[in-house]
Amino acid sequence: MEFFLQLLVSGISLGFLYALSALGFVMIFKSSSVLNFAHGELMAIGAFLFLALSAWADLPIVLAFVLTLAGSFTLGFILEKFFLRPLIGEALIQVIMLTLGLALMFRGLLLFIFGGDIHDYPEFLPEALSMQWGNIQIPGVFVAAIIIGILFLILFGFFFKYSSQGIYMRSVADNQPAALSLGVHVRRVFALSWAIAALVCAMSGIVLGIINGINVHELSSIGLKVFPVVILGGLDSIGGAILGGVIIGLLETFTGGYISTSLREIIPYIVLIFILMVKPYGLFGLVEIERV
Amino acid sequence: MQDNIRLLINNISVVYSDVIQVLKGVSLTIREGQAVSLLGSNGAGKTTTLKAISGLLKPENGKVTEGSIEYDGKPVQNSAPEEITRKGIIQVLEGRQEFKYLTVEENLRVGTATRWGKPYQKDLELVYNYFPALLARKKSMAGYCSGGELQMLVIGRALMAHPKLLLLDEPSLGLAPLLVKEIFQIIKRINQEQGTTLMVVEQNANMALQIAHYGYVMENGKIVLESNAKDLMENPDVKEFYLGTAASGALKSYKNVKAYKRRKRWL
Repeated sequence: MEFFLQLLVSGISLGFLYALSALGFVMIFKSSSVLNFAHGELMAIGAFLFLALSAWADLPIVLAFVLTLAGSFTLGFILEKFFLRPLIGEALIQVIMLTLGLALMFRGLLLFIFGGDIHDYPEFLPEALSMQWGNIQIPGVFVAAIIIGILFLILFGFFFKYSSQGIYMRSVADNQPAALSLGVHVRRVFALSWAIAALVCAMSGIVLGIINGINVHELSSIGLKVFPVVILGGLDSIGGAILGGVIIGLLETFTGGYISTSLREIIPYIVLIFILMVKPYGLFGLVEIERV
Repeated sequence: MQDNIRLLINNISVVYSDVIQVLKGVSLTIREGQAVSLLGSNGAGKTTTLKAISGLLKPENGKVTEGSIEYDGKPVQNSAPEEITRKGIIQVLEGRQEFKYLTVEENLRVGTATRWGKPYQKDLELVYNYFPALLARKKSMAGYCSGGELQMLVIGRALMAHPKLLLLDEPSLGLAPLLVKEIFQIIKRINQEQGTTLMVVEQNANMALQIAHYGYVMENGKIVLESNAKDLMENPDVKEFYLGTAASGALKSYKNVKAYKRRKRWL
């Protein structure tokens, strides 16, 4: 029972991290229909930026964290402006090739600067964060992951539901010509969605870095995990991304704990296939509203 | 009626994809506070004219190649839609392009995009005042609203932007006659009460001319006829081709029925 609860907690916190990074992916797809294959690399960049700022430049942790988020946000903006914008209106395959190219470039750059070793952050999470319930020990990172995950998901929920900018972003995803006719700055919406995506990527990259250590290959392969997550949840649903993330996270930890660690990576995909056989649009995929 | 010219279109040609010429020298004038209707059959270039004004040609690979469009005395042809809308020109697209997955109120809020961050509560009230039907449905998703509600929604959404020049593309499309009448009454009220300058593109010539001060008739990418709305309604050609009523109740001679002969006179 204790083992089960332990797995449950770590599965949920892992799931929230996946959900957080999938959120960025869904946001880009929703607003501009771009599949971003450089997703894991954006996570890695965030994690390494934080490493450089906190461990190497020796800045206070909070400052380093804020700077990392600001830096990632700016990076997302720049990426959209200089790489994606010239391709607006081009075929999907060109855009996919571009994001693949970006992924390779970033990976090479990070390997060149930081090498392929596993790095670690200095200890900075307060002891008080880790929890103890009877025999169940929850490490501070997991608590932090769950808190950050929930906090940001709520924040984004409010942003998209109530803020004007959030509503403009949804309007672009919904009907681009109409948004254009009302003066919604569509290119700015694209840029903003990339910026926010890079920001949430950095955040989940940092927390994953705390859990697993920071390694270029590791983090960019975790980035690929957004695909089962978002396909499971439905490519264009934010709620789906959250649920998909938690499901994949739980599946992974339970498979790792009860069956075998080597199956961990595979089981999510197998379950994905079965779910897609029943629900081809994913759990919360957009079903076209049609008035009859 | 004031005499300030709000929009001056001077002999414009519009070409899509560098080869397909749709407008061949269109000129028209809209004065401040006026309601102008633009009539014409399918494919005459009415929608293209509107899109040339609002800058929405660009995403469709169209371009104003000759002539000029002056808004309040400044050239705006081929500007980006973001800039043009911020000057106060708002187009209501043909076919009720609502945001399906947004609620009615959220749809209306998108109309504030040109003045982001400014208060909009008063404007919401204004729109609900013009279209009480929307108030009852403000929390429901636009995708599930009826055609009439949607037409009200997209006009209301454009009103939220405080338009100085409102371009309406076929507001009567696919609506029941009674509803068309209601919507045109509201459009007329908007013109009179808000002082919004209007340009209405319509197939329903009768309705459009009833609310307009001035009218233009387009055919084949050219303006073939223009006059103030009253005279246009009395014009025998317009009566026959657009209003569906003959000059007199008497039997027409076969010669007069031959549409193409009469059309030739305009060109």
